[in-house]
Amino acid sequence: MSTRLQTGGRLLDRGRRESFTFNGRRLTGYAGDTLASALLANDRMLVGRSFKYHRPRGLVASGAEEPNALVGLGRGGRFEPNQRATTTELFGGLQAESQNHWPSLEFDIGAVNGRLARVLPAGFYYKTFIHPRPLWKHVYEPFIRKSAGLGKPPQDRDADRYEHFHVFADVLIIGGGIAGLQAALAAGRAGARVLVIEQTAHWGGRAPVDGVRIGGAPAEEWIARAVARLEAMENVTLHRRTMGAGVYDHGYALGYERVTDHAPETDAPRHRLWKIRARQIISATGAIERPLSFAGNDVPGVMLASAIRDYVVNWAVSPGDRTVVVTNNDDAYRTAICLKQAGLEVPVIVDARPRAEGALPEAARALGIRVETGRGIAMVMGGKRVTGVALCAQAGEGAVLEQLPCDAVAMSGGWSPVVHLWSHCGGKLLWDDAQAMFRPDVARAPTSHDGAPFVSAAGAANGALRAAETLADGDAAGRAAVRALGLRAPGGAADRAEAPDEAPLLPVWMMPQGAGEALRMKMWLDYQNDVKVSDLQLAAREGYESVEHAKRYTTLGMATDQGKLSNINGLGVLSDAMGEDVPRLGTTTFRPPYTPISMGAIAGEARGGLFQPLRRGPIQRWHEDNGATFEPVGQWRRPYCYPRGDETRAEAVTREVRNTRQAIGLLDASTLGKILVKGPDAGRFLDLLYTNMMSSLTPGRCRYGLMCSENGFLMDDGVVARIDDQTFLCHTTTGGADRIHAHMEEWLQTEWWDMQVHTANLTEQFAQIAVVGPNARALLETLGGMDVSREALPFMGWADGRIGGIPARVFRISFSGELSYEVAVPAGHGLAFWEACVAAGQAFGLMPYGTEALHVMRAEKGFIMIGDETDGTVIPQDLGLGWAVSKKKADFIGKRAQERAHMTDPERWKLVGLETIDGSVLPDGAYAVAEGRNANGQRNVQGHVTSAYFSPTLGRGIALGLVRNGPDRMGEVISFATIDGGLIGARIVDPVFYDKDGEKQDV
Amino acid sequence: MLLLTCPCCGAEADETELQPGGAAHLTRVGPGAPDEAFESYLFHRENPRGVHIERWRHAHGCGKWFHAARCTRTLEVFGTYPAQITAPPQPIRDAIAAKHPGWAWKEGK
Repeated sequence: MSTRLQTGGRLLDRGRRESFTFNGRRLTGYAGDTLASALLANDRMLVGRSFKYHRPRGLVASGAEEPNALVGLGRGGRFEPNQRATTTELFGGLQAESQNHWPSLEFDIGAVNGRLARVLPAGFYYKTFIHPRPLWKHVYEPFIRKSAGLGKPPQDRDADRYEHFHVFADVLIIGGGIAGLQAALAAGRAGARVLVIEQTAHWGGRAPVDGVRIGGAPAEEWIARAVARLEAMENVTLHRRTMGAGVYDHGYALGYERVTDHAPETDAPRHRLWKIRARQIISATGAIERPLSFAGNDVPGVMLASAIRDYVVNWAVSPGDRTVVVTNNDDAYRTAICLKQAGLEVPVIVDARPRAEGALPEAARALGIRVETGRGIAMVMGGKRVTGVALCAQAGEGAVLEQLPCDAVAMSGGWSPVVHLWSHCGGKLLWDDAQAMFRPDVARAPTSHDGAPFVSAAGAANGALRAAETLADGDAAGRAAVRALGLRAPGGAADRAEAPDEAPLLPVWMMPQGAGEALRMKMWLDYQNDVKVSDLQLAAREGYESVEHAKRYTTLGMATDQGKLSNINGLGVLSDAMGEDVPRLGTTTFRPPYTPISMGAIAGEARGGLFQPLRRGPIQRWHEDNGATFEPVGQWRRPYCYPRGDETRAEAVTREVRNTRQAIGLLDASTLGKILVKGPDAGRFLDLLYTNMMSSLTPGRCRYGLMCSENGFLMDDGVVARIDDQTFLCHTTTGGADRIHAHMEEWLQTEWWDMQVHTANLTEQFAQIAVVGPNARALLETLGGMDVSREALPFMGWADGRIGGIPARVFRISFSGELSYEVAVPAGHGLAFWEACVAAGQAFGLMPYGTEALHVMRAEKGFIMIGDETDGTVIPQDLGLGWAVSKKKADFIGKRAQERAHMTDPERWKLVGLETIDGSVLPDGAYAVAEGRNANGQRNVQGHVTSAYFSPTLGRGIALGLVRNGPDRMGEVISFATIDGGLIGARIVDPVFYDKDGEKQDV
Repeated sequence: MLLLTCPCCGAEADETELQPGGAAHLTRVGPGAPDEAFESYLFHRENPRGVHIERWRHAHGCGKWFHAARCTRTLEVFGTYPAQITAPPQPIRDAIAAKHPGWAWKEGK
């Protein structure tokens, strides 16, 4: 069993006991514990079930590489799944739940999958559930979806807040072990602005646990001195609990700070995302120990040798009373020595190498520990907990030589440098044969904007695994970084680290090396995704020779731990199976983030009211105070309608349409884009921008214009008013204002820079109010100040003046088909003008109307709406707007594109009106079905609905749509498919449903 | 997250301030041109793992378009220059050729 030792625990505060719950059970630990160490201290080795076979799983590691101990933390708005127990600091009141089991962790129904493991190999789902096709959709997929997934998604809104930091540094050092600290000392003394981030709560990394001595003193003392010296430097910032999540182009890096995860009652953001720009980045991220692949290496109680050492030294937890150590290197002997010195039993050290005669093995022997060389583990006994091991010859096939009872196994397959951050931005790796690991290839470092390297690796992350090399390498990296910045590296020598020499390891990808199928099926590579040695060998046999293909076929390394423990072992197995060298196979791609970061941290403050800016027009307050309901249009909120009393929205829209057509309506059109185009070449420029001629427009007149992309497709429309010889005011759609202004600037700056034209986006400078309906003129005359008669201000004309004392520019344009004046006033006068209209309008039956009534009225008139009738594939000619496409102009944007064969195809779908036979409203977007089926067995189609409304004016449903040869098929009835499989018949009619001759707007 | 210096306002701009605009120095093909030429102008782009001459707009800054020459493999930026020019200036070409022997600007792309 695992338990708390009486003494020791360098990170514990034994004076502070903290209580927490695991699966509802109340347990206690100490301040300084991680959730993992506290669970082990309470003899909770079993912490979860695996993903595919639901096998019982225990803690394997002590840090970020932990694959098994994923738990759900917290409750309600603070619940979060898939949190690693090893990186969760304990606090009083912590609530944790294990995952992937039903009904309970101890007894799990899904474990039957484990019994079926023989028939569930890699690629099983791909191979099995293909046929028959219908079963996939209705049986297999729902079942697999139910059993797939890790943890449960949170149900409540996140109760915490998050923030972003933007910081700059000359040198960013990721990792606060001895290499990182020494690099910081070198860079800091040179005067560089240094930022050091460390993912855990403690400085110094592994050195104190491994018994390293620096400058003649225990590493712990040197670390405390180094941190104190760095803290005293004004140009150095140290930050713990901050993980280097990713390294990107040109010195950009992301740090992920867990601010209050360990102290949730603190009034601070929970996580902070650091957006860092650094001139030089040093990745001092250490190394991760590799498991060994022997049968039963996933039984709870089998752990990494270094993790067992961590638990004993850091948290005074004994993972077991009798621990068998199995290794291919000298480093694991430290674990045996450490256990022995803690008073625990180590029945045997199983060393796969033929000889073990270095300082550490000799020290172990001197303590009386039995060392067996040339041996391996044939099999681990036990189900939910290790009960013993069977030993065999490493060179053989697994014949059992001896069985030993034990309750824990410490395994070490060597170490892999954490090369993730080095690799994120293009750093390349080389294979180090002597240490059987990939390490950074210094000659092929990530390069920055000046073409020079900007990332270096230091210490164990650079393959310098022995403490003496680690510290020296950190020093060299710090000096190199400041030299790259053009600073002088500090003088004086760094302290020296001392640790026993270590003999070379022996690469062991399988134990024993001749293991048969039965054993290989129990050798786990990827604990989280349940990938075994046999799966990878199957993938190789089936031809998945590329490591990227083998990964996807077997899912090796695709779990939330991204293969931190499994990738190199998997490569080793694959290379053996294919008879290829590991370096020839290469690695899969390392992608950020290093470990998962919260969505909250990514979102930062951008949620709720701060999610995006809200644009408010000058009359917005009035709309809010007068009962408008709103709809988002771009970043604006426009009034949709103004319901009165108990009216529904539909009833309000109907009333607003009728009132506007019969009396007078008032629309806030302030959001419409208004772009001033001015200069000697303004007319020539607009002739190129619009499909129709604008240079021929006379001052005082307006013209409806269309804009297309260079691809020929319609992108915006609006009314252009010519102000004077050199000045045009271009109206755009509400959503198009910024886009069209940018479009104009792009062509002016990058293609026609010889033209003398300026553009200015005046959208927010003016309030624009549409006064619409038969009584519109009477209202403006009542307000007085301008002659708005038909003679003085004819249809499609405009004039400047004052109305009711307010300076105004009045456009005689209509988007409703009624007599209509659009009155632009300076934004500051917008509300006053609106209120004056409302007050004076009562005598004329005035009601404000919203965007939906606007839409209904324009559809009744057959006017198109960008985004409804257009979808990026529609040209003006499709919409019956060929009249607005100039035949005379030599060129305009989109002209050449519209000459293409497909654009002039007579079979194109064209705009028509649609009237349902039963008077109902067609579903928006519904397709018109045609005879026959296509190659995919789907019904052929011949058109679709682009807009559909109930028309209060006609008392029935009307629609606009695009139909093949539509204009030639007037009167024909075609069928539209509904989502529930039904059909609605509709007659093709003229798209102008109301006042075809335009008499009402031109009075 | 690229850093590019806007040649118009001089600011060293983060990629979030910039709007990408694809390949630079395209010659516009208008009415009357053959289909192949128009297709090439509209759609066909070389996409080497290496030197690119690109258009960028300092969208959240001074609003000006400019050109940047950079290498997508090494992330090196050889320089930025104003958009009102039909080919990369000689110093930019020299900087590219110095790092990529054999690279030469192709006229009339």
